[in-house]
Formats: sequence, C-alpha cells, structure tokens
Amino acid sequence: MAKRIEAVDLDAYYGGFRAIEGVTLTIEPKSITALIGPSGCGKSTFLRTINRMHEVLPGARVTGQLLLDDEDVYGPGVDPVGVRRAIGMVFQRPNPFPTMSIYDNVVAGLRLNGVKKKGDLDDAAEQSLRSANLWNEVKDRLGKPGAGLSGGQQQRLCIARAVAVEPQVLLMDEPCSALDPISTLAIEDLMTELKDRYTIIIVTHNMQQAARVSDRTGFFTIDGPGTPGRLVEIDETPKIFSNPSEKRTEDYITGRFG
Amino acid sequence: MTTAAPTLRRGTLPLLAVAAVAACALLVTVLLFALTPLAGVPGLVLVAATIFLAAQTALARRIEGSRRAKDRFVTALVSLAFLLALVPLFSVLGYTVQEGAARFDVEFFTRSLRSIGARDAGGGGYHAIIGTVEQVAITTLMSVPIGLLVAVYIVEYGRGRLAATIRFFVDVMTGIPSIVAGLFVLSFWILGLRQGFSGFAAGLALSVLMLPIIVRSSEEMLKLVPDSLREASFALGIPRWKTILRIVLPTALPGIVTGIMLAVARVTGETAPVLLTAFGAASINNSPFSGPQSSLPLMVFQQAGDAQETAVNRAWTAALTLILVVMVLNLLARLLTRRSRIGRQGSR
Repeated sequence: MAKRIEAVDLDAYYGGFRAIEGVTLTIEPKSITALIGPSGCGKSTFLRTINRMHEVLPGARVTGQLLLDDEDVYGPGVDPVGVRRAIGMVFQRPNPFPTMSIYDNVVAGLRLNGVKKKGDLDDAAEQSLRSANLWNEVKDRLGKPGAGLSGGQQQRLCIARAVAVEPQVLLMDEPCSALDPISTLAIEDLMTELKDRYTIIIVTHNMQQAARVSDRTGFFTIDGPGTPGRLVEIDETPKIFSNPSEKRTEDYITGRFG
Repeated sequence: MTTAAPTLRRGTLPLLAVAAVAACALLVTVLLFALTPLAGVPGLVLVAATIFLAAQTALARRIEGSRRAKDRFVTALVSLAFLLALVPLFSVLGYTVQEGAARFDVEFFTRSLRSIGARDAGGGGYHAIIGTVEQVAITTLMSVPIGLLVAVYIVEYGRGRLAATIRFFVDVMTGIPSIVAGLFVLSFWILGLRQGFSGFAAGLALSVLMLPIIVRSSEEMLKLVPDSLREASFALGIPRWKTILRIVLPTALPGIVTGIMLAVARVTGETAPVLLTAFGAASINNSPFSGPQSSLPLMVFQQAGDAQETAVNRAWTAALTLILVVMVLNLLARLLTRRSRIGRQGSR
C-alpha cells in the first residue's frame, strides 16, 4: 500500500510570501524520512504541501509538481479530500476530538467517510489501537473521553486515528515535541513498526531523533529572514550525520549554525 | 515579629478570630445604631461591613504581615461585592414570588381574561401562556437555523468583503430597539401586506431581535473551536461540510445552546413588539396564525396598568409565570445538551 513521493521544483506561498522554493526530492515507499532544519525554514510547510493541507490557510498556494506514485497531487481534477484520505497526518500537539470517546476518535475517519457497519468499525478500532501500541492501555475504557488520556497516549491515539483510514503515507509534524522521553521512545518504536506498511515522513527539531529513526534525512534552511526555505540536501541518514556533502548541513548538525 | 532569627513560619489568623471580629463588628454596629439616631438595615449592614473590613485588616497586619493583610482585605471586599450582586437577583425573585403567590392557583393556569374586568376577581393567564409559548417557539424555529447558518458561514466559509458586510449588518441589527422591530412588522407585514394581527407576526418581530444575538453568540463559540481540530479532521480526508457538522458544531454546542437560551430569555420578555404585532387579546386563541394573541409580558403590562388590586395581583402572577417559563426552558435545554453529550461519549 505504501507509495512513493516525488516533489519536482515545488514552491509554496503564504499570500505574496514565498515560504519554500524549488524543492525537488524523492521519498521511497516503506521508509522513514526525517526533515530537519532551523525554525522557519519551511520543513513543516513542505510537509503540509504533501497532503494539500497547506492550502487550507487563506491565501496559501503551491506551484510545481508533487507526485504520489506518478500521479500529480496538484493535477487538474484532483480532490484534496481524496489526497488527504491517502496521506495521513499527525500533528505537533495531540488533538483528539474533545466531544468523542477514545473509540469514536479512532473510527472518526472511517465513520465520517461512510463506514457504518459496527463489526468493521470495531475491527478497525482494535487493529489501529494495536498498531499504535495503545490497545492494552485503553481496551477497558474505550467509551471514556479521548481528552482524558495523558499527552503521550493522546498522541498515540491520534496516530491510531490516522492509520485507521489506512493511508499510504503518514506525515508527522514534530510528533514528539510536546512529549516526555518515555512517550517519545514509544512513538519512535511505533514508527519503526509502521515502516513496514507506510511511507513515513517526519519533521523534527531533535537531531538525535532523526538519527535514531530515519533511513534518509533532508536538511532545509533559509538564507535569512524573509527569504524562502530551500532543501539543501537529502541523503542516507548516516551520511548526513557523519559526512554531509554540504558545508551548511555540517554546520547545522554540529551546532555551528548561525 | 521580634528580632528572632528569620524563619519561614509566620503567624496566621485563626478562623475563630475572624468570626470573633465579625461578631464584634456586628455588635458594635448594633449598639451604635441603638444609641445614636442612625437607623435602617442597609446602613447597618454597610457600617458593620466597613468596621469588619477595617478591624480584620488591622488585626491581620499585626499578626500576619502586610501582604496577607492586603490579601484578606481584597478577599473580603470581593466576597462582599459578590453578596451585593446577589441582592438584586434574590430581591427580584423573592418579591415576585411573594406578590405573585396570591393568584398562583389552578384558575390562573386554566382560565383566560375573557369577560373579566379589572375589578373582577378570578380570571387567569392561560391565553397569555399559550401566546408566549407559541410566539417564542415560532421565533426560535425561524431564528436559530438562520442564525446558526449565518454564523457558520461567517466563521467557516466567509472570506473578504461579503463576510465583513454581513458582520456589519448583524451588528447594526443588534442595535435595533425592540419597538422599531415591532413597528417594522406592523407597517410591512400587517398594514403593508394586510396580514392582520397574529402571533406569527409577533414571531416575525421577535425574530428580528433574536437573529443577531444568535449570530453573534454562535460566531464567538465557533471561533473558540481550535483550528487544530478542523485540521485533524481535514487530515483524515473528511470533507469540510462534514467537519463542521460532526466536529466543529458538537464541540461548540454547549456554548451555542447557552447563547440560544439567553436570546430566548430576552425575546420572551419583550412587550412592545408583541403589542404592535399580536395586539393582545383577553380570550384564548390557540392559533398563532390568525387573530390577535396575548403574551405574558403583554398581560403584565396591561394588568399592571389597571389600578385595581385584582388586576395587579394577576400581573404579578403573570410575571412569576414568565420567570418560571424561561427557567424551565433553560433547564430543558441544559438537560438535552447534557444527554446528547453523554450519549456520544458512551457509544461504543
């Protein structure tokens, strides 16, 4: 099910401001790709262009091509809703739906997309919660509100919710930045497990995390305030962290940046 | 307090001491009022409160230090202000109950004012209760859907000039005096289109008043729903309209219901627009679509205008009934939203 992602000369704008410029990269299926870089360098913006979440903001638009297994996500006649169904997303802060129970949160994507059979929903809920390593913790209180879980549990609930609709790609926007080290570890383990089935792209500020979990790492940066972010290089993670081709990458990962 | 080595411990004023200060303050005031020409309960309370505040602060300053003394002073001040704010509420309620109790009987809730003169005993407000309930129901049925849709448009879809224009006109509508709304329906619907006085016409006039309140309060509540929830829903491939219907509105529901109830309470108490559009009637008219109707505030207005005790008593009971109607509606709404919420959480 996992699909390949290819960006070709992608630009993203907020109104008149160009946030990222000329991003060209390829992400192989069933791999974890980490995107690192200083704040404001456009890595989150790039992530949000992949599932067309960027354009949700007023005035935001994208030019260039973004191919999901050779199909342009920005091609004519493509429905953003369909794109988002194929490309799931986990956000920086856990955001379970506050009016819903744990169970309802997990099956929200399915139920609101028309799946009604209780058996199907029950199976999907158990399977998703199991793959998010949350089943054992919540199986006895599925009817309780999702907002009552701890931060780490909420984030895993959001991951379960995202995988319940069986996307082909999973985008994670700093999924551990609001979590403690133990919850972070749980989510990193989870990513490694999910890699067998999904293409995962994670934005992170934590370079150890990028080094721990990812197969490939991409480095974004900006030349200065008001200039667009660019992809400096993307390569195998060990190479980026030991012997990057670009001086700027080396400066950033060794802490000499800025 | 002495020159002993600095310590983290400090004296505290025991609760008993505070109670004693309060008792002393009250005693001193009562004595003062007995011995001097000072008189009156409000004055007594005011003087006692002032003495208590001063004494407690002075005592606390000696024993606990100045920061704690200030804390006690402000705490006491705020508590007194709270009690003061409750006085109008309870005096209005208490007085209405006291005055309304005289005619709070079966006859009031089963009879109308048909062939009951100002001086006649008996008679009731059944016709007015029917009128109020029907008119407010019509108003709510018209205003809530339209108001909610407008609020959803402004918050979720509206961009640029159209949304700003709508918001501006809603603000203008909020400022319309109720009698102008009544005059508008009178000249447009009743005289212009020759529709005649009716409860429905009153509903139209009340809608003009209710609509902007619903729009504004719902708009504020929808804005409070975090964007992260909308994004979470979009990211699951849920279309925008379904996101609004199933995620945003349920999240904002308790606040929206509160806004609706405030709006209902407001229009339920309107007199002038009802007078101009439903005209008022002494007998029971079950149909809101034909013929004049009365309503509770209108009945209060007309009965209280007669300088006869029988009529004034009926006015008080009608006022009491009005408060009860609003209260019952409020409780019902709370109960309904609470149940729907628990139901959603409990579904498995």
